[in-house]
Amino acid sequence: MNIKILGTGCSKCKTLEKLAKEVVDENKINAEISKVEDIVQIMQYGIMTTPALVINEKVAISGRVPSKDEIKNLIEKFAHA
Amino acid sequence: MSFIQSSKGKIILPLVLLPVWYLIYHYLQPFTDWFVFSALGMTKGEHLAEALWFFIFEFPKVLMLLTLIIFFVGIIRTYFTPERTRKVLEGKKTFTGNVMASMLGIVTPFCSCSAIPLFLGFVEAGVPLGVTFSFLIAAPMINEVAVILLFGMFGWKVALIYVATGLFIAISAGWVIGKLKLEKWVEAWVYQTKFGQNSMEEVQIKFSDRIALGYDAVKDIVGKVWIYVALGIAVGAGAHGYVPEDFMAALMGKSAWYSVPLSILIGIPLYSNAAGIVPIVSVLIEKGASLGTALAFMMAVIGLSLPEMIILRKVLRLPLIFTFIGIVGFGIMIVGFLFNWIF
Repeated sequence: MNIKILGTGCSKCKTLEKLAKEVVDENKINAEISKVEDIVQIMQYGIMTTPALVINEKVAISGRVPSKDEIKNLIEKFAHA
Repeated sequence: MSFIQSSKGKIILPLVLLPVWYLIYHYLQPFTDWFVFSALGMTKGEHLAEALWFFIFEFPKVLMLLTLIIFFVGIIRTYFTPERTRKVLEGKKTFTGNVMASMLGIVTPFCSCSAIPLFLGFVEAGVPLGVTFSFLIAAPMINEVAVILLFGMFGWKVALIYVATGLFIAISAGWVIGKLKLEKWVEAWVYQTKFGQNSMEEVQIKFSDRIALGYDAVKDIVGKVWIYVALGIAVGAGAHGYVPEDFMAALMGKSAWYSVPLSILIGIPLYSNAAGIVPIVSVLIEKGASLGTALAFMMAVIGLSLPEMIILRKVLRLPLIFTFIGIVGFGIMIVGFLFNWIF
C-alpha cells in the first residue's frame, strides 16, 4: 500500500506526516509513506486545503490533522477499497 | 471518560458546561475586585494595582469568550467547506460574486498556508479573479478571533464596525481588481494546471461529530493564540498603569491627518495574528490614538502581511501583488479617515 502526505511544508503537514509514520510503525503496516510538496502535483488530487492524506491514490482527508486512531481506521478502510 | 466520548455525551457536555461558563463569567469582575483590593489589600488608583487588576480581569475574560465562540464557530464551519464555497461562487458575475465571496470568506475555514491550492481551485472552477480576491481579502481580515477580541475589549459597536468596514473593503477592492482585468499578471502556469477529480466522497457528518470538531477547533486555536493574548494583555496592563494618558495623541490622534496612511505603511510589513494585535490596539486607543487610525493599523497588520504576499507570489506576478496591496491599503485608508471624521 502507498500513503502520501500532500502539503507545501506547513507545520500541520509535518505533524500529519509524523503521525502517519507512527501509525504505520506501531501497527506494523506494510506501507510506503512519501511526501508530495509540488503544488502542481498536489492539485492533481483535486483538493483545496492542505495537509491531505492520500491512501492508495485516494484522498482520505484534507484540510485537517486527524487523530492517530482516525488514521488507523482510514488506512484499514482504504486498504480494501 | 467513555460517556464523554459517546455521541450522547458529546451533546450533553456543552449543555452542562454552558451555565458553569456563565456563572464564572458573571462573577469575574467582583472576584477580581475582591482579589486585588481585599485579598491582596492594594489601593484603588495605584499604578501596580490597576495594572494587576487589568490583567487578572481581562485575560480570563478574553480567554473564556474565545473558548465559547470558537466552539460554536467551529461547529458552524463544518457546514462550510472550501469545496462548497467554490461551487456557490462558480460562474458568479462580478459584484454579486464579490459580495458573496466576502461573506463566505468570513465563515469558510481558511489558513494562509492553504491560500495557493484555494486560489488554484477557484481559478480552475471559473470563479472570476476579482471575486477570488474578495474571498482572499475577507478570509484573513475578518476572522472570529479578531471579532471576539474587539467585542471583549471594546464592545459590540466597534466589533460590528470592524466587520462592516472589512466587508466593504473586501467587496470593493475585489470589484476594482476584477474591473482592471489583471489576469495577465497571474502566472501563466496557473491556467495550465490540471485540477484532478477529488476522489474524497462527501460523507454525511453526524451532529455529535460536528461538536467534536468544535472541541478540536477550540483546542487548536485557543492552544495557539493564548500566549499572544497573554502577552498582548500584559503589555496592555503595563501601559494601562504606567504610560501617560496622551502619550499616543500627537502621533496617532485625530489632529494628525497623516496618522492614518502612516499607520497603514507601518502595519503592512508587520505581521501578527488578531490575538496579539487587539490588546495592543486597545492600549493605543486608551493612550490617545483615534479609533479610525487604530482600526486602520489593525486592518493593515492582519489583512496585509508580508508572509502572505510571499506565498501569493507563487501564483501572482509582482505588479498584481503591488496593485492588490495598493487597492486594499487605499480602502483601509478611506475607512480610517471616515471613522476619524465621524467619531
